[in-house]
Amino acid sequence: MAADVLIVLAKAVLAMTWTLLLALFLTWVERKESAVMQDRIGANRASIFGLRLFGLFQPFADAIKMFFKEDFVPSFARKPLHWLAPAVSFFCVSVTMIAVPFGDAIRLFGRRIPLQVADLDAAVLFVLAMLGLGVYGILTGGWASANRFGLIGSLRGAAQLISYEVALGLSLVGLIMVFPSLRLSRIVEYQGGLLFGVLPKWGIFLQPLGFAVFFLAGLAETKRVPFDLPEGESEIIGFYTEYSGLKFGLFMFTDFLEVIVFAALAATLFFGGWQVPWLGDGGFVFPWGGRIAAAPWAVTVLRVLSFNLKVLFFCWLQILVRWTYPRLRYDQVMDLGWKVLVPAGAFNILATGLVLAVR
Amino acid sequence: MGSAWTVIKEILRGSAITARHFFVNMTFHTLRLFGLRTARRGAVTVQYPEEAKPLGPRHRSLHRLRPRPDGRPSCVACMLCVTVCPSECLTVEAAEDPDPEVQKVPARFVVDLNRCCFCGLCVEACPVDAIRMDTGEIRLAALDRKALEVRLDKP
Repeated sequence: MAADVLIVLAKAVLAMTWTLLLALFLTWVERKESAVMQDRIGANRASIFGLRLFGLFQPFADAIKMFFKEDFVPSFARKPLHWLAPAVSFFCVSVTMIAVPFGDAIRLFGRRIPLQVADLDAAVLFVLAMLGLGVYGILTGGWASANRFGLIGSLRGAAQLISYEVALGLSLVGLIMVFPSLRLSRIVEYQGGLLFGVLPKWGIFLQPLGFAVFFLAGLAETKRVPFDLPEGESEIIGFYTEYSGLKFGLFMFTDFLEVIVFAALAATLFFGGWQVPWLGDGGFVFPWGGRIAAAPWAVTVLRVLSFNLKVLFFCWLQILVRWTYPRLRYDQVMDLGWKVLVPAGAFNILATGLVLAVR
Repeated sequence: MGSAWTVIKEILRGSAITARHFFVNMTFHTLRLFGLRTARRGAVTVQYPEEAKPLGPRHRSLHRLRPRPDGRPSCVACMLCVTVCPSECLTVEAAEDPDPEVQKVPARFVVDLNRCCFCGLCVEACPVDAIRMDTGEIRLAALDRKALEVRLDKP
C-alpha cells in the first residue's frame, strides 16, 4: 500500500514539476517567438556569469523581480478574498494536469505504472469543471479589489468564460460519441487504431468540426489576446488592476498554465495523446508494408516524447495566434460564442449521431 | 455564407504571414548559430552597446573647437555663436591674443549640455568655422549636472 501511495506522490510531483517548469519557460518562449515573428531578437540579456544561452535565464530574472516587488493591497480591498483569488485561479488550472496521460505505462519492479497521476472515471468532465471553476478566481479577484476597472474586467471574464464553456462542452460531446469513454486514458487508447487502414484514428480526422469549435472555445478559455477582454490591457486593466508582486505573478503564471493545459487537452483528445502514428507495442507497422521492431523502453520513450512534442506544438500555435490577431470587440466575442460556436457544436453532435446511426 | 469564407480565408492568411516570418527568421537564426553568416539576418535588431549603427554624415553630436595649425583653438571669441544660441547654453570669456592679427582668443569656452538642443546654429553662425558638432560622441549621459558643462577650449 505504502508503495502505491509513494508512486502516486512521485507521479504527482513529477507531473507538477514538469508543468510548472514548462510554464516558466513558456514565458521565455512567448517573448522569443513573438520577437522572431516580428523580425526582432527578444530578451537575450539575462546572464549568469556571462553565460547568456539566448536569454534562457530571463524567467528567473522575472521571478526574482516579482519576489522583490511590493505586495500592495489597497486599504479598501476585501483582504481575505483578495489573497484567495490568485490561489483559486492557480489551483483550479494546475489540478487539471493530474487527469492527463503523459504516456502509456512503464514496468518497474514487476509493477505496471501508468504514466498518469490519476485515471479518473469522468476525466473529461473533471477537466471541464476545473477550467470552469477558474472563473471564481477572476470573479473574486475583481470583486475583492473593490476597483471599478477590476469589477468590469471580472464581469466580462465571467460572461466570456461561461459562454465559451458551453461551446467547449458541446464540441467534446461529438468526440465522446466517437470514442465512447470519459476516461482520458481510454480515449487515447481508442485513437491508436487506423482509419481506412492508413490514417491514424485521431480525433482530428473523426471530428474536424469538433476540433475547430474546441480550438476556438479553448482559445477563449485561456483569455489571451484575441479574447483578452477580461484583461483588456489598453482600455481597462482588468481583473488584476489592484494586484502586484507575487500575486500578480501568480495570475500571469496561471495564464501560461492554461495555455499548457489547453495544449495538453488538444493533444490528448484530438491528436492521439501519447500515440505515435503506426507505432504499436512491438514497434512500427506501416500500412504500406514494412515494420520496424522497437524495444518496449524505446516505445515508451517515443510515446512520451510524442505527447510532449504535441503539447509544445500547441503551445507554439497558441502563441502564434496570440501575436497575430487583434482583440475582438465584446459583442463580437459574444456573437462568435453564441451564434457561431454553439450552433456549430450542436450541428457537430447531430452529424456525428447521424453518421454513427447510419453506419 | 460567402462572406464567412472570406473572413476565414483572411484569418488563415494572417497567421500564414506571421508563421512564414517565424520560420524564415528561425532558418536564418539557426544558420547563424552554426556559424554560417548569410547576407540576410534573422532580425533587423541592432544590438546597440556592442554594435552601433554608423552615424550619418550630417549628424550633430558633441561640439569641438577646431585647432589652428599651431594647436590653439581657432576661435576668435566674436560671440556670434553665443548670440545665436537659442538655448543660451554657450559661455565664452574672451582674452587678448598675443598675435595682433587675431586680437582675441577664448579664455573659457563652455557648452552647457544640460541646455543644448543640438540645433547646430552655432556651427552655422561661426565666421571662422571654429566650432563643429562632428565628434560622433552621442553618449552624453552623466550622473551630475556639473559633468555636462563641457569646456571646449581645453582638451
